[in-house]
Amino acid sequence: MAMEVTQVLLNAQAVDDTLRKHAEENLKQFQEQNLPAFLLSLSTELANDEKPVNSRQLAGLVLKNALDAKDQLRKSELVQRWLSLDITAKAQIKGYLLQTLSSPVPDPRSTASQVIAKIAGIELPHNQWPELIGSLLSNIHQLPAHVKQATLDTLGYLCEEVPSDVIDQDQVNKILTAVVQGMNSSEGNNDVRLAATRALYNALGFAQANFTNDMERDYIMRVVCEATLSPEVRIRQAAFECLVSISSTYYSKLAPYIQDIFNITAKAVREDEEAVALQAIEFWSSICDEEIDILEEYGGDFSGDSDIPCFNFVKQALPVLVPLLLETLLKQEEDQDQDEGAWNLAMAGGTCLGLVARTVGDDIVPLVMPFIEENITKADWRQREAATYAFGSIMEGPSPDKLTSIVNVALSFMLSALMKDPNNHVKDTTAWTLGRIFEFLHGSTMESAIVTPANCQQIVTVLVQSMKDAPNVAEKACGALYFLAQGYEDSGSLSSPLTPFFQDIVQALLDVSHREDAGESRLRTAAYEALNEVVRSATDETAPMVLQLVPLIMMELHKTFEAQNLSSYEKERQAELQGLLCGCLQVFIQKLGASDATKYLFMQYADQMMTLFLRVFDCRSATVHEEAMLAIGALAYTCGPAFAKYMPEFYKYLEMGLQNFEEYQVCAITVGVVGDICRALEDKILPYCDGIMTQLLKDLSSNQLHRSVKPPIFSCFGDISLAIGENFDKYLMYAMPMLQSAAELSAHTSSGDDEILEYTNLLRNGILEAYSGIFQGFKNSPKTQLLMPYAPHILQFLDSLYLEKDMDDVVTKTAIGVLGDLADTLGSSAGPLIQQSLTSREFLRECLASHDPLIKESADWAHLAISQLAITG
Amino acid sequence: MAPHQVRRPFKRAAISDQQKRRELALLRQQQSRRDSQHQARSSILSLQPEPEPEPEPRDFDVARASKLKGAEAREWFSRQLTLPEWMIDIPPRLNQDWYVFARPSGKRCFVVSSDGTTVSRLRNGYVLHHFPSALPNGARTKDVSGPSHSFCLLDCIFHELDQTYYVIDMVCWRGYSLYDCTAEFRFFWLSSKLAETGACDTPSLYHRYRFSVVPIYSCDLTGLHTAYAGNVPYVKDGLLFYNKHAHYQTGNTPLALVWKDESCSQYVLDTDSKGQVPAQQQVVLELQDDGKLTTSDDPPVVFGCLEKELFQKFDLLSGSLLRFAIGEGGMRFLDGNVEMADLHYLGKVNRGRAFSDNTSKVCWFILYISCSL
Repeated sequence: MAMEVTQVLLNAQAVDDTLRKHAEENLKQFQEQNLPAFLLSLSTELANDEKPVNSRQLAGLVLKNALDAKDQLRKSELVQRWLSLDITAKAQIKGYLLQTLSSPVPDPRSTASQVIAKIAGIELPHNQWPELIGSLLSNIHQLPAHVKQATLDTLGYLCEEVPSDVIDQDQVNKILTAVVQGMNSSEGNNDVRLAATRALYNALGFAQANFTNDMERDYIMRVVCEATLSPEVRIRQAAFECLVSISSTYYSKLAPYIQDIFNITAKAVREDEEAVALQAIEFWSSICDEEIDILEEYGGDFSGDSDIPCFNFVKQALPVLVPLLLETLLKQEEDQDQDEGAWNLAMAGGTCLGLVARTVGDDIVPLVMPFIEENITKADWRQREAATYAFGSIMEGPSPDKLTSIVNVALSFMLSALMKDPNNHVKDTTAWTLGRIFEFLHGSTMESAIVTPANCQQIVTVLVQSMKDAPNVAEKACGALYFLAQGYEDSGSLSSPLTPFFQDIVQALLDVSHREDAGESRLRTAAYEALNEVVRSATDETAPMVLQLVPLIMMELHKTFEAQNLSSYEKERQAELQGLLCGCLQVFIQKLGASDATKYLFMQYADQMMTLFLRVFDCRSATVHEEAMLAIGALAYTCGPAFAKYMPEFYKYLEMGLQNFEEYQVCAITVGVVGDICRALEDKILPYCDGIMTQLLKDLSSNQLHRSVKPPIFSCFGDISLAIGENFDKYLMYAMPMLQSAAELSAHTSSGDDEILEYTNLLRNGILEAYSGIFQGFKNSPKTQLLMPYAPHILQFLDSLYLEKDMDDVVTKTAIGVLGDLADTLGSSAGPLIQQSLTSREFLRECLASHDPLIKESADWAHLAISQLAITG
Repeated sequence: MAPHQVRRPFKRAAISDQQKRRELALLRQQQSRRDSQHQARSSILSLQPEPEPEPEPRDFDVARASKLKGAEAREWFSRQLTLPEWMIDIPPRLNQDWYVFARPSGKRCFVVSSDGTTVSRLRNGYVLHHFPSALPNGARTKDVSGPSHSFCLLDCIFHELDQTYYVIDMVCWRGYSLYDCTAEFRFFWLSSKLAETGACDTPSLYHRYRFSVVPIYSCDLTGLHTAYAGNVPYVKDGLLFYNKHAHYQTGNTPLALVWKDESCSQYVLDTDSKGQVPAQQQVVLELQDDGKLTTSDDPPVVFGCLEKELFQKFDLLSGSLLRFAIGEGGMRFLDGNVEMADLHYLGKVNRGRAFSDNTSKVCWFILYISCSL
């Protein structure tokens, strides 16, 4: 048998088709006939140093794939399968795997490390394989370096697979000790030191307790910093990766080390190889991220209850950090603007400079201006480009007060550079900088205008001209126009300075979309996006021109159906273009539907448009197009009850969208569209409700569907009930138990994890919106009493939310509103129940005193509804 | 283990237009959901457990009326104020079921705040002031509280001297109708909600007139005495009595009563344009098609009949409001009907007036004059 496995594994990698397929079939049969024996023979193969590397490798991979899968559902099946496997077989398999770590051949060692970590990820949370970490740690003291290295790799993978709360602190300490010792400069073997450094990267998440202990933290930090000075470049890079991770995980502990880290990173940026220098810059970008978050969260006020103080590391390092970053800007690569995947020192440094500007605001301006002034007119394009980039990157962060006068001077220089500079990079960055100027310093909220009637024409002319430039420059010009238009988005019905140029701009953008090379540098996308923003900012005066655009874009969409027999690549391009065009139509629908003057004229296109959207759906077999679905939602909102006539044809795609588990965003958007249709059709949606409700209930009970879709599905129950009123009664027996069990789950949050809490609050809000809609839907119906049996639980849910004290404002608002809806619909028969609930007393009282106007409004409503009870009761 | 590469977006906007489209769609959906929820909540705040919704829910009317302009608005608002009858006898259980307060002297009006502005309308529906206020949705300020369609409707008296609106009743608050709430609840709501908005603060850029509540007392002896004789920051014009259990009733109602005498009101009797009390008490009556002269009571009470010649002589149209003096003969009532009235035609009434007097007012004057004589 053992001989056979080797041969089959080798054959499975054969070039010969028949041989390979036969071997794969054999493996499959073996697995199905006797899983424990199959896995055991794979592990034996992997452990056997006599066997060829290729068969050992594949044995390891098949073993790994028997334990883990990308698909969540498949993964949980595999986990269950492993857990229920015969214990003796498992023990033997694990024995062989551990044995493989000592193999002199590197590849099987590495595969074994990963398989061990996968098993640990399954077993440790179930308190199985308790001796694993101990036996790994005993390996560390073995003599051969390769065993040490493989063991450290395993510990690293293990920390990646296993949740941090399943390993007790004692073991964490031992793992960290082993890892940090392996990183120490006294470790002579570079492979061991590299493995240890990479293992630390994964183990950092386990080191919470150790980082609060000064001595242990000092020791870890010293070893990491020393590793950044290793003669081996891979070790230096891995050590900087650790620093980057520490900067975000342990920001609040960094103060004592920041000066040393600055020196180390500065040296690396100036002198080290690019891979290392990039990580050194990333350290500062990451510190910026942290400080921006803290400053945003607490608005600069740390006196109160802020848990993480801002240490202003960036501000303190500013005088030395900024010159360092400016130096990097001069290290551009020739073709970085054309290369989608490019990432180099100049790009990383420029990005970091932009983050620094956002972190410190005004203080950066005097440090950057001399560099700009010195370089912007130099003969070397690198200097002009670096100066322009520096200027563009400080547009976000400093106050408009600080920037406006500088920008006023620079603007005409930029416009002329965009026209006349001979260098493509300089023009690319100039157009990008113009976009940044308009994005951050132009708009109705600005006190002084950058764009004036005097320069508006010149700006538009230059941008339109640049749209004929190379694709990368034209793309940035479209982007600049996007933000120029965005500045007028809320000018409403008033005239806009863009009005005289509206026609020219639109024409220029349509021309760009038809360029032969519009597929490069995402130029076509940028053109359509700019068109969308120009349309959004259209005024009453230019709305008729938008109306004329509708048939043009519809024609473009129609053209996409003409091509036949597309390759899969072409199909992808077709879907992309259809997405852009549906996106445009969606923007048109919203714009033109928003005012009565244009709405009726627009409606003449509704039938044709709907036909086109349905044809877009037909281009695919099993999935629906997200953008077309979004556009249909907007159309339903605009059409109102008239949308009913599209339902017979549209319905099957609606159902298809609701069934799309894989692309969960599509499913989520479709759920939102169901809400739009409910509000548009009201009770005319009734004939479709059986199908829709069935699908929604299936979605809710599916393990496959991404959890983020579940809250909107609950809200959608409310939309449906509000639309069809008491006819919702037949769904109560299905919907209510689902809501109830979801409510029970979401009432208490077990962990302090922010992300979980955020999701829980979304879920709560969805559940509460469902209750709200259901109560309001049944109001004044003779079937009201059908809801009575659910009232105790709902009030209990509200009470427990109140006691839990971790609702966000949105949930608070919705929750107290549900109290009102319950009282309003059930009337005095629910009076005693309501009076017993905490919600109707303390919770309501707190909400009535809230400073949040939306909470207060809901509370007023609830108070009013309850007071009515008292009067009638 | 592979190195961890870090690439950040370069020369890219923070959010793509596609993301913006998604977010705008979500925003629209959330807003629409909130709107329909709000509509459901405010459309029928039904009191009656029996499901018989009014053919045209009044609150929907109110929401619509808050947007009315011009003649339509005048027409609607001229019918909306509650009009107290004059107190000609003491209702039973006055001390338990009634409130009393000193009526501020000034122009009775409805104040509507909606769509970022505030309008006050007199009894005849004409606009008194158009101004920004701190009432919900009463001014175009950035911190709009609540949805844009929420509005308020307050029953007020504008007191010239301190340029203050004294709110004597609350009819709608933040889009929620209080028509069908008891006076007890409305007054409680008024006292707890008004101050929260900042409407009682001193005037500022976005708040041109101060609003104020009046002290309201239970109609026991202390309450009555305080209302009658106590100090208030405004000029008193009689006492108003409100039944605690009554809903807000448009037009005349016996569940709100007014009392005036010389010590609690400057204007006990109607004055002429020069502020003089005329020698004879006057009454305003509406001329009907058939020449009958009626009060504004429901059903109208007929005080007399005008002959056809007079009709033509004075060029009068039916529906006109006419002013009469009550002559020395006075009036006599029998079973609630007027048996005799000594009326002398004085002339047409100023166009600004919306309706004729009601019987209780006429009776009260007659009683008052006969008592004081």
